[in-house]
Amino acid sequence: MTLAWIPLLTLLGVLIPVPMERFGRRLCTLATATPVVIALILVLSQLPMLLSGGLPHFSLTWIPSLGLDLAFRLDGLSLLFAVLILGIGLLIILYASYYLSAEEASGRFYAYLMLFMTSMIGIVMADNLILLWIFWELTSLSSFLLIGFWSHWTDARKGARMAMTVTGAGGLALLAGLLLLGDMAGSFDMGTVLASGEAIVADDRYPIMLVLVLLGAFTKSAQFPFHFWLPHAMAAPTPVSAYLHSATMVKAGIFLMARLHPAIGDSLLWSWLVTLTGMATFLYGAWFALVKTDLKAILAFSTVSHLGLITALLGIGSPMAIVAALFHILNHAAFKGAMFMNAGIIDHETGTRELDQLGALRHAMPMTALVTMIAAAAMAGVPFLNGFLSKEMFFAETLYTPLLGGLGWLLPMLATLGGILSVAYSLRLVHAVFFKPARRQPPKTPHEPPRLMRAPAMLLVMICIAVGLFPALLATGILELASTAVLESVPELHLAIWHGVNLPLLMSLIAIIAGVATYGLHIHLKRFVRQFAPIDARLVFEGAIQTIASIAHTLTRRLDNGSLQRYMSWLLGGALLLATLGLVQLPRLDGGQATHPVDGILLLGAALMIFGAIGTVVSHRHRLISLLMLSVVGLVVSLTFARFSAPDLALTQLSVEVVTMILLMLALFFLPQKTPRESSAKRNIRDLTLAGSLGMVIASLNYAVLTRDIDSISNFFVENSVPGGGGHNVVNVILVDFRGFDTLGEITVLALAGLAIYKLLNRLRLFMPHSDGEGRVWSPDRYPMILTSVSQTLLPLALLVSAFIFLRGHNQPGGGFIAGLITAVALILIYMARGVEWTQSHLDFPYQPVAIGGVAVATLTGLGSFVFGYPFLTSAFGHFHLPWLGDFELATAMLFDLGVYLAVVGATLMILANLGKVTTPHRPRKDDSRAGTQQPQPSSKEPR
Amino acid sequence: MSQHLIILPILLPLIAGIVLLRTRAGSSRHKRLMSALATILLIAVAVALTTTASSGEVTYYALGDWRPPFGIVLVLDRLSALMVLLTAILALGCVIYACAGVDEEGSNFHGLFQLQLMGINGAFLTGDLFNLFVFFEVLLLASYALLMHGGGKGRIQAGLHYVVLNLAGSSLFLIAVGVLYGATGTLNMADMAVRLSDIDPERTGLVRAGALLLLVVFGLKAAILPLYFWLPRAYAAAPAPVAALFAIMTKVGIYAILRVYHLVFGDHAGSLSAPDQPWIWWLSLATLTMAATGVLAARDLRLLIAYLVLVSVGTLLAGIGMRTPDATQALLYYLIHTTLVTGGLFLLAEMIGIQRGKAGTRLVKGRPMHHANLLAGLFFLGAVAIAGLPPLSGAIGKVLILQSAGPDQQLWLWPILLLSGLCALIALSRAGSTLFWRGQDGTPGHTHVSRCQWFGVVWLLAASPLIVVFAGPINDYTAATAEQLATPETHIRALLPDKGDES
Repeated sequence: MTLAWIPLLTLLGVLIPVPMERFGRRLCTLATATPVVIALILVLSQLPMLLSGGLPHFSLTWIPSLGLDLAFRLDGLSLLFAVLILGIGLLIILYASYYLSAEEASGRFYAYLMLFMTSMIGIVMADNLILLWIFWELTSLSSFLLIGFWSHWTDARKGARMAMTVTGAGGLALLAGLLLLGDMAGSFDMGTVLASGEAIVADDRYPIMLVLVLLGAFTKSAQFPFHFWLPHAMAAPTPVSAYLHSATMVKAGIFLMARLHPAIGDSLLWSWLVTLTGMATFLYGAWFALVKTDLKAILAFSTVSHLGLITALLGIGSPMAIVAALFHILNHAAFKGAMFMNAGIIDHETGTRELDQLGALRHAMPMTALVTMIAAAAMAGVPFLNGFLSKEMFFAETLYTPLLGGLGWLLPMLATLGGILSVAYSLRLVHAVFFKPARRQPPKTPHEPPRLMRAPAMLLVMICIAVGLFPALLATGILELASTAVLESVPELHLAIWHGVNLPLLMSLIAIIAGVATYGLHIHLKRFVRQFAPIDARLVFEGAIQTIASIAHTLTRRLDNGSLQRYMSWLLGGALLLATLGLVQLPRLDGGQATHPVDGILLLGAALMIFGAIGTVVSHRHRLISLLMLSVVGLVVSLTFARFSAPDLALTQLSVEVVTMILLMLALFFLPQKTPRESSAKRNIRDLTLAGSLGMVIASLNYAVLTRDIDSISNFFVENSVPGGGGHNVVNVILVDFRGFDTLGEITVLALAGLAIYKLLNRLRLFMPHSDGEGRVWSPDRYPMILTSVSQTLLPLALLVSAFIFLRGHNQPGGGFIAGLITAVALILIYMARGVEWTQSHLDFPYQPVAIGGVAVATLTGLGSFVFGYPFLTSAFGHFHLPWLGDFELATAMLFDLGVYLAVVGATLMILANLGKVTTPHRPRKDDSRAGTQQPQPSSKEPR
Repeated sequence: MSQHLIILPILLPLIAGIVLLRTRAGSSRHKRLMSALATILLIAVAVALTTTASSGEVTYYALGDWRPPFGIVLVLDRLSALMVLLTAILALGCVIYACAGVDEEGSNFHGLFQLQLMGINGAFLTGDLFNLFVFFEVLLLASYALLMHGGGKGRIQAGLHYVVLNLAGSSLFLIAVGVLYGATGTLNMADMAVRLSDIDPERTGLVRAGALLLLVVFGLKAAILPLYFWLPRAYAAAPAPVAALFAIMTKVGIYAILRVYHLVFGDHAGSLSAPDQPWIWWLSLATLTMAATGVLAARDLRLLIAYLVLVSVGTLLAGIGMRTPDATQALLYYLIHTTLVTGGLFLLAEMIGIQRGKAGTRLVKGRPMHHANLLAGLFFLGAVAIAGLPPLSGAIGKVLILQSAGPDQQLWLWPILLLSGLCALIALSRAGSTLFWRGQDGTPGHTHVSRCQWFGVVWLLAASPLIVVFAGPINDYTAATAEQLATPETHIRALLPDKGDES
């Protein structure tokens, strides 16, 4: 459990700083540091167990199906990194409290920093591959926030995004790699994975997995060619640079390689890839560190270079190389941390980081100068400092590795070259900042910073010196402990300053002497470099992203071009293709069922329907004619129903047809009489082909279905209609009983349609044409006398018919739906004859409640059966006898049907009233006398 | 009442809808209270349903007391319970958010909202193919009305595309149902499955035509390439709570595909089993690719989120395309995550847009925001979740799906899915940096942010960390769901005790 507390403490630390901020910077810093100190103590408290050969471990099942456990381990390697992370973290917290100006949100800063610390701790302690990945990506996220902390600054924003994109992409590759790795090892448990190295290397997928994992590691550790984000991440506040971009986050990639080394490191592919990438990065970074002029940029490239060095050591992979790598990780963290902090101090006190404006600072800042010089010397590999020791080990390893065979001399040569460059840039930095007189004045007059701000760097430099002088005493223990986690057998360590005169020492000497000389020739180098146009990775990156975005934009536009016709053709084309695929499997279209003999009437009907359908299409640009043609189709369909003894369907179809036609005509009024020619000939052919073939496919489907006999559930309905549903009209019983639930749904749909149309038209104000397509003015006689009187007479009659149709519905053709439509037709007629205003003032009831009331009646009927303990919509019926009237039947289904009736009437009228209303207020009036009387009160009434 | 539990997710919103819609006028306070209460009750009902379903038993409710296969049945199993619960949770966030004032921008908001819920729940619960069509209609019309809420040119235009395409889809649905009924003689899905297992081989072509036509319809609803074009603009134009609720609409399509092609066209259907398979897999990858492109291209936050919805659709469909219980389990987890998070993001986008005044949700420099820190924090949370970065739910879901891919599928799925994640990462970091970081001139407008809005966003986005913490139990449930889905025999036996054994 102790182990779980370590990340948990730092996680709690995320919550502390923001509320503590108001108590002042000092307290806030203290409060933030507290959990870190406790965590550090907890880490160290595990030492005895580790030294006695145990492995502190914690595990909690989280998502078994994923193989993800909340599991932590603290072996030597984790311990080394954890101490590094927490220890340097503490120093950074202290340093940042002075670095951030008073008005900056230190609470937020610390919260991000603690989040980052948690994720780093998570990475190094994770005992599960997926858990490791989770923390891995968390470092990218938290570093995004930290780099972008000065978000008003465009460099910071872009730098943050760049870092996030590159490391995020690497993280995704890593995920793929780790999933493969887990698959090969058979488990995501770290112990299992590390133990199954041989099986992993032998696996077919090993190369892919290795490349993916290394992509993750290389992007994170800024290895060439993915290094470019790191210099731009320097837009972050300096404590962040010191912490993330030199001491910890960039070491995560290195950590990963070291961690997984036992599992995946034992192959030639690994050695080649890792060593060469490392060497390339080592040289590349060193070169650019020499030519950059921004203090932090120099340090950034130097960091890239040192990361390359460590990577190369891991690639070489011999036991001593691993130890050297771990050693250099520690050393680099110490001296580079100090360098960054001092760079921050210089920036803070002078207001600039440009070498041009800095110079001769040794007078103003003697202590800072001293500390920086020692750290730089360690960086350059000057003897008696820690950097010297690990660099010499590096030289030795490049000499002894068998990797390049006959070309074996290449590695030590390149290593020496890198060493020369390191010395040169370290020297240049120190000289330019502290000794050479400044060419321009810095923005602020420099002076020494507060003592406590200097303290962290001084502490680090003291470590550099101490380790440099007494390596055997101070470093051997922890290195041995850490390497046990990576190596099966730890080599005997002899850390010492003096190993006698040997090749590595010679290489060091050459590096130092030639390095000094190189700096002497620096001015020529500068001239040489100037010939090349500088490449700003940020511009390239931003440009690339923008190009990608604009290509994506073009692509998207091309596919998704906003044309409904195109979308429709995809839909219908898809249906055509898929239905065809089914149809072609049918052995023959005709299913063998005997067809009805064809007679003259049928032929005539069919001909009419075809004529109507084709006419609709041909005349589609003359909307009114097209609509009339469509109505011919509808009429013939209802006649067809009648002919084939489906009177219910015929009635329904007929009334639906009438109502929709009238509503469509009303809508047509607002549209231009003629549609302009919009489609090209090509498009017409496409549409014709699509529509024609889809029509044929659907017709074939129909034919195939109709000519096959089916053993369907409909027999049940026929048999049970009277005994179970109490009605002789099976269609109606199906509608209101067997499948009453469908009907309830459909009347809800109807009511919804009314509401939707209300919403659509409610605020619409349309242009009112005052003449038709040919320019003839609409007749001023808007409410013809004859129509008015006929419609009024017709209304009671229609209501009577509705009642009749409704009542007989259960046993004979009819029912609520048809009755509702008939009522609606009669009301529509009144509307047309009298206009909206008159009708609304005389039929003074709102329509929405009628429609909704219909749904309510139907629902209540259904709910009624709850009382009797039956499921929703269970029907009941009975025969009653009343004097005079005789026997009659009452069924709950009739109540349900009443709901249907009301919903139909209400919804239709809602649509009608709203369509009519759109016009009223604007209608240009020819007839002035009427206008005078009616003008004042147009839409003053609430629309229905 | 407990015997009626299964129908409550339909009746409850229906009754609430009726009461709310009985008049257009009326106190908005009462309406809000009523709507919120109904939704909270719905959550309670859904929780009860999920508890019942988690026993693994399949239960049904015979409407009108007509036994299956003759009457319509509602079927409760793990999947339908899960979907209903998810809908209810999402709906609560939306409805509370709407109470901040969106509901007053037009008429009848809450009533339509409840009927929309009725349609969605009905689609999840029904065991009858034609009834599924009816509920598709209910939710289509309700969603169309809601899309129009508040009016405006953009909404009407996007709404037209939406409604025309979906009405065409409905016609195809009817044709498909007609063909299937003609070929099998039944509408009950379980019964259809039984009949398919010994269908006259002469008819398989006909059944296949019907089955594939259904795929077109469901594909349109789920927004699969090349049928997704209605989605980005409609979602970007819809009022925020409606867009957020629409997060579940594509999942209705996903659900229908899962249900129909597992239950009706399961392994028992012989040559007819899984006719969707070859299509879904490749189209899902294409959808992922194009949606990721759209994510990169989007220049408006809401459009960006709409394309992210499409990315999630592609991911889910890829899961369906693999058709293994593992993949189904993974996609169900991902489905929970993506529904709630995209819902929350739509709400958040509108809050950001209001604060930025004229700049709105366009990804350009705008005026500074009140509550910028809080909004930025929520945006960061949502972005991390939706981009599939740890430690939030998107990452877990994505890893589950990646892991469920077989060796052949890995080759395609892994790069595409991971790269789409990268596209999301790039686009979201650009968006976030422009919205919250880029130097903003001017003074923040005095826009009031109501507590309802905060609640809505937090309610939905907080789900992401929660479903990470409880990923273990959730995965147990989804694993059992996938198992249940893969063995339709249990389902059939529960509905048709005398026929189930034959299959």
